[in-house]
Amino acid sequence: MSFQLAMFYIFSAILVGAAAAMITVRNPVHAALCLVLAFFTSAALWIMMEAEFLGIVLVLVYVGAVMVLFLFVVMMLDVNIARLREGFIRFLPVGALVAAAMAVVMIMVVGARHFRIEPPAPAATDVGNTEMLGRLIYTEYVYPFELAAVILLVAIVAAITLTLRRRPGTRHIDPAEQVKVKREDRIRIVKMEAEKK
Amino acid sequence: MSFPIPDLVPAIPEMFVLAMACTILVVDLFLKDDRRDVTYGLTQFTLFGALVLTWIVHVPEARVTFSGSFIADPLSDTLKSFIYVIAAGVFLYSRPYLKERGLFKGEYYVLGLFAVLGMLVMVSAYSFVTLYLGLELLSLCLYALVAFDRDSGRASEAAMKYFILGALASGMLLYGMSFLYGLSGSLEIPVVAEYLIANAGQFSVPLTFALVFVVVGLAFKLGAVPFHMWVPDVYHGAPTPVTLLIGSAPKIAGFAIIMRLLADGLGAMHADWQGMLVLLAVLSLAVGNLIAIAQTNIKRMLAYSTISHVGFLLLGILAGTQEGYAAALFYTVTYAIMAMGGFGMIILLSRQGFEAENLDDFKGLNERNPWLAFMMLLLMFSMAGVPPTVGFYAKLMVLQAVVQIGMTWLAVYAVIFSIVGAFYYLRVVKLMYFDKPADEPLPVRGLDVTVVMSVNGLLMVVLGIFPGILMSIAALAVGP
Repeated sequence: MSFQLAMFYIFSAILVGAAAAMITVRNPVHAALCLVLAFFTSAALWIMMEAEFLGIVLVLVYVGAVMVLFLFVVMMLDVNIARLREGFIRFLPVGALVAAAMAVVMIMVVGARHFRIEPPAPAATDVGNTEMLGRLIYTEYVYPFELAAVILLVAIVAAITLTLRRRPGTRHIDPAEQVKVKREDRIRIVKMEAEKK
Repeated sequence: MSFPIPDLVPAIPEMFVLAMACTILVVDLFLKDDRRDVTYGLTQFTLFGALVLTWIVHVPEARVTFSGSFIADPLSDTLKSFIYVIAAGVFLYSRPYLKERGLFKGEYYVLGLFAVLGMLVMVSAYSFVTLYLGLELLSLCLYALVAFDRDSGRASEAAMKYFILGALASGMLLYGMSFLYGLSGSLEIPVVAEYLIANAGQFSVPLTFALVFVVVGLAFKLGAVPFHMWVPDVYHGAPTPVTLLIGSAPKIAGFAIIMRLLADGLGAMHADWQGMLVLLAVLSLAVGNLIAIAQTNIKRMLAYSTISHVGFLLLGILAGTQEGYAAALFYTVTYAIMAMGGFGMIILLSRQGFEAENLDDFKGLNERNPWLAFMMLLLMFSMAGVPPTVGFYAKLMVLQAVVQIGMTWLAVYAVIFSIVGAFYYLRVVKLMYFDKPADEPLPVRGLDVTVVMSVNGLLMVVLGIFPGILMSIAALAVGP
């Protein structure tokens, strides 16, 4: 067994273990941390397959940003996990049966023997995966790349359309108004006759 | 590394629509609420300009550019033109409705234009990536538009259902596409087609597996039974202008995606997908027509009618012949125009605080406004397929194509369910002409809406008497 293969098995074992732990641990914070571990080991697997860019992006975006946000939400919301777990044992037999049937079908249909895949030769070391990806995105795939940008723009427009609203009657304060205020706006001088003793 | 600049000329219409949509997005920010008509005018100008540009850059030969991910051919240019015209009609019908309900905002037009852009991309897609991105662009705009009326609980519910089922369908489609990529080693439709032709007669199990996922994904998006659950709820829950948008132009884009994927890409597997489409068509015709009878809400009724029309569309495609594809194109365009008129009529009869969406609201329309009643009669006749109207001719073409490939039983089955369907279309006509009207005044509508509705209705008869024009366009678009 080569060093590379050994590393692959080690990382895969950690990945499978972390994924299993993620759905079985009781504490949601621990579950989120297990997911971080799963992401991290998959990134390692990708880097071993010479897909450095994907590995780096996975660590930067998912581990660095998405999961941290996720942890914040989990900690802030204080989800009652016991209620979500109700019926876990009750549905377990049916769920296990479906999962087993799916697994059998997948193994029968999606085996590697159908995809005439030869292990590709290792790429030359002078051109990095990231550089190649950059070149391809801005040349061959420029049209799909631009479309993806348009989709993101639409997502922004849609999110703002659906959530931004001016509610009347909220007690929000405009600082500009406050700064501009003059003495006359706040104080009223009332002239009164002095009362006789 | 040198890279030749791709030929940008065939994509000029798309670029124009994108640039204008971004411009309108920014211009709209600086407009006061009472100047919102400028946004509307710019939107209509965009559609008109794109139509003109499409035919300026048009050449009879197919042109592939952007490294094989974009194609401009007679089919794409024809379908694009229909999409522009129908989208313009949709925006025109929607304006009074939106104004009355405080929904007359720039976002409706911006998202609408982006949806049009998504349809254009789908129509011109020549690789799986572009196809999928176009579909997502269209779907995202539609999800947001369904939830556009934020204070309506029904609209939010519809948007949620649409979003979840739509995401599921996209997942199915992507899964199938990823299999095709894994097997053929390419995302480009012609390369996949070559791979299939080279392996004809010995398709492996994963290939059939991939085909199933692709067909299921497409059936979800089109709303064919048994993947139709979202259609009635979304059509009913969405604001009527949005229902109008969902129900009309995207069907043309849906036809395009089926043509590119099944006919062009997986054409060599025709025998395999024909059986699947037969099943979908048979179920759609039965469920759509039977359940529509039980509806009292006209938006739901038209939703079920859509399902049955999708069944007819699939009949044309499953024939797999040039006549069949041309007939399906003819049917799709006809259906889009009919649906535009049908939902447009609901908008015309609604007024502030009142939706004319129940069948009872059409009672005695003839006494209240004979001309509109006559237009609705033409539309309903056309949907039912009564002879002088274009709906009859569209059904006839599809049935001819089905009979030509020797599936006479299927044609007979379709005819039987068309007759069942005629019941609920004619019920609307009966309500309009023979029932007493409720004492509700009709809202006064602007000249533009009335004129377009008249054109829309009369087109049913004109195209029915002279179907040759549209038919030759369809035959030219599908090509030899």
